[in-house]
Amino acid sequence: MSRLLNRPALVWGALAALSLALYLLRGQLPALVTYPQSWVLSPTAPMNAAMSAFVAAFGPTFRFFGWLLEFPVSAAQMVLQALPWSVIAAFFVLLGMVASGWRLASFIAASLLYMAVIGYWEESMNTLAIVLISVPMALLLGFAVGVLGFYSDRARRVIMPTLDILQTVPAFAYLLPILILFGFGTTVGLVASVLYAFSPMVRNTILGLRAVPPQVIEAGLMSGATPAQLFWKVRVPGAQNQMLLGVNQTTMASLSMVIIAAIIGGTDDIGWEVISSMRKAQFGESLLAGFVIALMAMALDRTTFAFAKRDRFTTQEAAGPNLWVIGAGVLGALLLLSFVVPPLAQWPEPWVFYPADAMNEALRSFILTWREAIETIKNTAFFFVMLPIKIGLQQAVSPFTWGFAMTPALVAAYAALVAAGAIWAFVKSHHTLAAMLLLWGVVSYIGLTNMPWPALFAILVYTAYVTAGARLALGAAIGLGFLLLAGIWPQTVLSLYLCGVAVLICFVLGTGLGIWASESETVSAVLRPVMDTLQTMPVFVILIPFVMVFKIGEFTALLAVIAYAIVPAIRYTEHGLRNLPRDVTEAAEAIGTTRWQLLYKVKLPLALPAIMLGLNQTIIYGIGMLVIAALVGTNGLGQQIYIGLGDGDFGVGMTAGIGMAVIAMVADRITQAISRRKQEQYGLASEFI
Amino acid sequence: MPTNSKPTTDVKLSCRNVWKVYGKNPARFFDGTKGNLGDDAAAHAHAQEIRDSGHIVASANVSFDVHVGEIFVIMGLSGSGKSTMVRCLSRLVEPTAGEILLDGNNLLSADPKALIEFRRHKMGMVFQNFGLMPHLNVLDNVAFPLELQGIALKKRRAKAQEVINLVGLEGREASFPRQLSGGQQQRVGIARSLCVDPELWFLDEPFSALDPLIRRQMQDEFLRLQRDLNKSIVFITHDFLEALRIADRMAIMRDGHVVQIGRPVDLILNPADDYVRDFTNDVPWEMVLTAGDIADPARGFAPGMGRIGADTKLDLLLPYLAEHEAGVMVKDAEGRDLGAINARAVVKALATGMTDQAGIEP
Repeated sequence: MSRLLNRPALVWGALAALSLALYLLRGQLPALVTYPQSWVLSPTAPMNAAMSAFVAAFGPTFRFFGWLLEFPVSAAQMVLQALPWSVIAAFFVLLGMVASGWRLASFIAASLLYMAVIGYWEESMNTLAIVLISVPMALLLGFAVGVLGFYSDRARRVIMPTLDILQTVPAFAYLLPILILFGFGTTVGLVASVLYAFSPMVRNTILGLRAVPPQVIEAGLMSGATPAQLFWKVRVPGAQNQMLLGVNQTTMASLSMVIIAAIIGGTDDIGWEVISSMRKAQFGESLLAGFVIALMAMALDRTTFAFAKRDRFTTQEAAGPNLWVIGAGVLGALLLLSFVVPPLAQWPEPWVFYPADAMNEALRSFILTWREAIETIKNTAFFFVMLPIKIGLQQAVSPFTWGFAMTPALVAAYAALVAAGAIWAFVKSHHTLAAMLLLWGVVSYIGLTNMPWPALFAILVYTAYVTAGARLALGAAIGLGFLLLAGIWPQTVLSLYLCGVAVLICFVLGTGLGIWASESETVSAVLRPVMDTLQTMPVFVILIPFVMVFKIGEFTALLAVIAYAIVPAIRYTEHGLRNLPRDVTEAAEAIGTTRWQLLYKVKLPLALPAIMLGLNQTIIYGIGMLVIAALVGTNGLGQQIYIGLGDGDFGVGMTAGIGMAVIAMVADRITQAISRRKQEQYGLASEFI
Repeated sequence: MPTNSKPTTDVKLSCRNVWKVYGKNPARFFDGTKGNLGDDAAAHAHAQEIRDSGHIVASANVSFDVHVGEIFVIMGLSGSGKSTMVRCLSRLVEPTAGEILLDGNNLLSADPKALIEFRRHKMGMVFQNFGLMPHLNVLDNVAFPLELQGIALKKRRAKAQEVINLVGLEGREASFPRQLSGGQQQRVGIARSLCVDPELWFLDEPFSALDPLIRRQMQDEFLRLQRDLNKSIVFITHDFLEALRIADRMAIMRDGHVVQIGRPVDLILNPADDYVRDFTNDVPWEMVLTAGDIADPARGFAPGMGRIGADTKLDLLLPYLAEHEAGVMVKDAEGRDLGAINARAVVKALATGMTDQAGIEP
């Protein structure tokens, strides 16, 4: 028997049987379907107690530091508010000019003008002030930790996993402990953004320092460098480009965290403007403010990226200093001029153009006109895709949703269909596939949220085991066990469901688009700016248009998650397909493949490692966005974090945060393991790390 | 086996029983021996013992001298330990045992500060992949060692300009390394290593990364430079012909051991073992043998003969001998006649060791 059937096939089959059996016995053994409340050993109370004790002991210290940190931020805000808007604008335009040229400069000019015209100058500057203070702090911290990690293997073994955790714990979960420790105020945003944004700098510092060629180091040594000279004059300049990429990533992370932190309120910044107007369903207002964030993000990204990529090692020393002299002159002149010409100092009130009401009106009429279409889209997706996965065919199929009821005859037909598929696969000797088809049939019938917890638990742990080995399976078992014990299993399953649907759609759609883009230059050229924009956009902003049209609900959340998480799926697929070893594709063409054969038989299999890495990123992005999506009405771990944040309940928020981190890390390791295995199998070098 | 010949001048750098062993605890193999285990056979046995214990022996019992003004070539295939060896000489790699004497002082006992001083003033090194600072232009790359010494900008740039002119890179001072071709980049590397007027010059496969034509040209220029500079040189290469072209003396390394040391012609005429002989098989003899090597003292001067120096390589004589039946008289450095050679003598010398395989019918 074991010869005939391989082991995974047996296990998958057994899991299907287990799921079905437990589900059918739900009347007799309710404890094995729904995890009983009496078995919950909630860690929230002890966590809160520990936190209280910690705050009692160290609270004053933290509050003192928080108080200290207020100063640089308020100083920066004061300076940015006191300076004439024209001087600030000219400064950033000049910066863009130096970084990349007149195109970036004019983009920055237009963005800043928008902020002034729309009347959000003050709020924008408040946000910018926090970013301007947090970025240097994050860079310094990241550089120091990176250098430590570079020189000490032992330190690196601690640093790297810590970074992994810091990056997989959702941004929201950061806010809670910081809020409790530092109390309300701008400091929360600052500290959260430093902690969130310093890790890319660490990674890039280590990466850059390691990539300096050994012969350059030796040349430095032979030139008689002391250890300090070797570091500052050889290693650091050699790692400069990589570290500047770190600056870019850190800046973007910092901005996005500052925006997220606005949810706490207390600062009069642009993030708060978006959130408060969104809560009041003032979409015109939130869109106008959201635009400011998007523009600020794009400008910061382009500028820092241009500095990182600027080819400083080929330009000859030319009119370099002149530009600075001219710039200083312009700034000085504007400053003096603004004393004489008031509109240069402060944007005059009458010049403000704030079309929020008109936009709201337009939106209302748009929704009225297209109401049916919108409802149809929403209901189709909800009834035919989301509900079946969530609560299973047996509940989702009803006269109200599908137009007919799930009669016993239909159930029998469904069972026969699944069985036929499995038998067909079995006959074709695809034993594992047959077993997985059975499992899939059972799960679709029951629905994720109705799955008996022991069965779902076993399926997840076994998936980890098959793809990544015993160690990950053990880790997954411990992590999932914690979620069960903590009593947040139902929320976990909800998160799993929403994220799973989103990832599935992203993967199918994204891979398809990626393939298309790899075959067509036009598609690639069209997609690139769209993806760039989606990726630089702070996550909040992505929500706005979806909420406007589809209102609050799961479907809206799903769309927002997809919009954010589809980008890596497209990117990695296209990149993987476009960067295959040239000789392989040429050999295949020489043999005489058609274009489709080349794609299906050569390119796609070879690009699989890259595609899997894209899936990996898609999952991580999806989970990250899930928390934000909780804002527009989803239940699940995201909502829990939100509740914890709202009530100041450290235990609840933190438990949910850990829950999301567990899911993210398990999914991350599984997809990475698949990618790595394929890579090793093909002997391809990884270009994506 | 090492057949040291003609120490005509003072020893600049002396390498005594140097070992480099990688592994968990390599020092335990050399308690109190200073790397000197007696004879060669003992060293081989000891190396095998170390290998058997799971350690890696990169250099084993390496000894040689480099004289003032001499080009000493270390030749070996990849993995023979030659690169490790040159790094031991500058302590980029710390030797496990042995002594390295620079002007009679043991370099291995120098403290870090003294070592930096040695590198700043006594040594220059050229790398296979150039090792240029990507963020500095040509001028500042060359001036980099002076910058580290804290020499003022104007002064170090003036000095760097001098060396740049020496290697023929005038006009490229403001270029950055990635704008230069491989040959030009290596000129920068050479200029940088010469910028501090080192007495010792290490070149680690300096021309291996270059195209064959450029390589040949760089070799010629290297020899021209050396005629003017008269440095004490350790030159690493895996190319036997390159070694023959430029070496005053050379060492052949294999598996960390030195197989043979001597003048190129010594190695060719008296290879120490089959390993060395394998290299010599492909050697174009006319490029190695000199007129002095085959001059026949029995044949005196005859009318119609030209005169030629004893160190002239045979390949240069071929055109003349093809036209002049009488041949040529070979004279030594003092102008005394050593004996004559003619075309037939050259053919005979080149045919040494060959058997008739053409199947010529009588």
